[in-house]
Amino acid sequence: MDWSLLLQLTLNGLIVGTLYGVVAMSFVLIYKASQVVNFAQGEFLLVGAWMCWWFLTEWQLPFYAGFLFTLVFMTIFGVVLQVVVLRPLIGEPVISVIMATIGLGIFFQALMKWIFGVFAKPFPPIFAVERVNVLGLEVQTVYLMSLGISLLIMAAFGWFFTASKHGLAMRATAFDQQVAQSLGVSVPKVFAMSWAISATVSAVAGVVVGVVNGVSSALSFYGIKVFPAVILGGLDSILGAVLGGIIVGLLENWAHYIDSEWLNWGNMFQIAPFYALVLILLIKPYGLFGTKNIERV
Amino acid sequence: MNAMTPCGDFRTSYAADTTIFPTRNSRLALLIGIVLLCGAPLVLGRYELSLLINIGFMGIAALGLNILVGFTGQISIGHAAFFGLGAFTSAYLHERFHIPVMLCIPLAGIVTALIGTIFGAPAARLKGLYLAIATLAAQFILEDFFARARWFTGGVAGRMTESPVLFGFAFDRDESFFYLTLFYVIIMFAGAANLMRSRDGRALVAVRDHYLSAEMMGINLAYYRTLSFSIASLYAGIGGALYAHYLLFVSVEAFNILFSIQFLGMVIIGGLGSVMGSLMGAAFMVMLPEVTQWGADLLAGGAIDRALRLGNSLSYLREMALGATIMLFLIFEPDGLARRWRLIKAYWKLYPYSH
Repeated sequence: MDWSLLLQLTLNGLIVGTLYGVVAMSFVLIYKASQVVNFAQGEFLLVGAWMCWWFLTEWQLPFYAGFLFTLVFMTIFGVVLQVVVLRPLIGEPVISVIMATIGLGIFFQALMKWIFGVFAKPFPPIFAVERVNVLGLEVQTVYLMSLGISLLIMAAFGWFFTASKHGLAMRATAFDQQVAQSLGVSVPKVFAMSWAISATVSAVAGVVVGVVNGVSSALSFYGIKVFPAVILGGLDSILGAVLGGIIVGLLENWAHYIDSEWLNWGNMFQIAPFYALVLILLIKPYGLFGTKNIERV
Repeated sequence: MNAMTPCGDFRTSYAADTTIFPTRNSRLALLIGIVLLCGAPLVLGRYELSLLINIGFMGIAALGLNILVGFTGQISIGHAAFFGLGAFTSAYLHERFHIPVMLCIPLAGIVTALIGTIFGAPAARLKGLYLAIATLAAQFILEDFFARARWFTGGVAGRMTESPVLFGFAFDRDESFFYLTLFYVIIMFAGAANLMRSRDGRALVAVRDHYLSAEMMGINLAYYRTLSFSIASLYAGIGGALYAHYLLFVSVEAFNILFSIQFLGMVIIGGLGSVMGSLMGAAFMVMLPEVTQWGADLLAGGAIDRALRLGNSLSYLREMALGATIMLFLIFEPDGLARRWRLIKAYWKLYPYSH
């Protein structure tokens, strides 16, 4: 047993897990508000990270300005996608909507590869100090930043849904669209807003991952890792998404540990969450916090 | 000219209602089509033939997916993994047990169907997006298995296969392999068309249209969902086996998620719940990269080409075309090419007196 490696991996798992949690949260946001399963969530991270990279390296903007521009761009991007692609599909069967988001995903992944190439490109350094010492463990500053930003986003989500007017309108729409509409909530606006928020928040996660690992098309895999997280937590639970994300982050790092110590199969890191996903679907398909769907004829 | 579709509803019996060919001319048109296709190797070059063969085995696999998605309403994002399973099974059976390739192809279909049943039985509890996510997981798990199981797939190096031989005649050239593919296409498509007018086929459609009502009418949901999964795997397996023995080499990396999405794209572009639509969708999907290539060639050397770096990034352009086509079809023609085809037939029905 290599205790320090286990501890390090656990810490990694927690940090990556909170990021998964953030992405899963924005996935759940779209699902709750507009009943769309977004297979292009990973591409939000990808587009956001590449945009920020482009602002920082090509335009030589300072980090905060580039970051701000990225957020503005992603907000518009989310609204445009919703209006152009998803709005015509309202009322279509679930497979059409799923396929449309898959098509979106492929399109933007290929577009980013075309514009920026396939190789990972590093962000310009943002922090003066590269590592800090936390309780005897060497932690990269960017990891701490990532953890901080994730927690901040989660807190903001919490405030948004419990205290702000738009957040309440969104919850009302998720609960019952017709009733919400009769109370004066503009449902198309809520749909567009949910996509805008989701795209923006995912882009923040994308920038954070890009700062840590460099920007490459591997980012879009986060969008697929989201599925184990949201299924585990329950598809329509924000809290579940956060917990699911953290559990998946820990799970893949522990699977990596077990694999490197005893099994030596390789690739367990990537594949373990999917085995977990199948198991969860068989045992408890509505997840930890999801509402069980009762259907009537 | 007598029409492909009758001018009205003249059906007076159930038998007439379930007939595949509504008029004598539609039957004739199919026969003429098959005869023309039989003559194709005499006229067409190798390139066109290889496209047709590709359309053939892709169409078979797409038809399987259409039975699952279009007729039963179950989504699968892991079809390419089963296609790959068929390809590897056929190659493995031939190399390990020295079974003639001609027998390996149907055997691979059956083995894939059995494994599909194993995957499908738990999936029968799921529907809609839960099933989509479960099959997505199956795709990654099977892909991982392909990369790991060197005894079965040859690992990273891939696996060589051999051409089918029948009574000493080898189907090792495009001209001869074309007939083998055509044979399987006819068998599989006739099978699907007949399945859809049988009791089981109607049960599948009932499960799609309203599964709760179907269950109340006594249709065993779990049984028919699993059955549909098995049939889809059978078609994928046979398509994959043909693919393996046509290319003579199967690589582990070929059966990735993008390939699965291509199959879904074929089904959507062709038309959900349309037998012939699957073939049209496959033809569209096989032609799409060729057309992209053709367009890029046309622009090659020009100012647009230099500005956009078209030559080096053709594979991305293809992927973009794939994504964009899927989206455009979903938005503007959700019923696919099959509906276009029906509209064309309806237009010519009363020609020149159509209103």
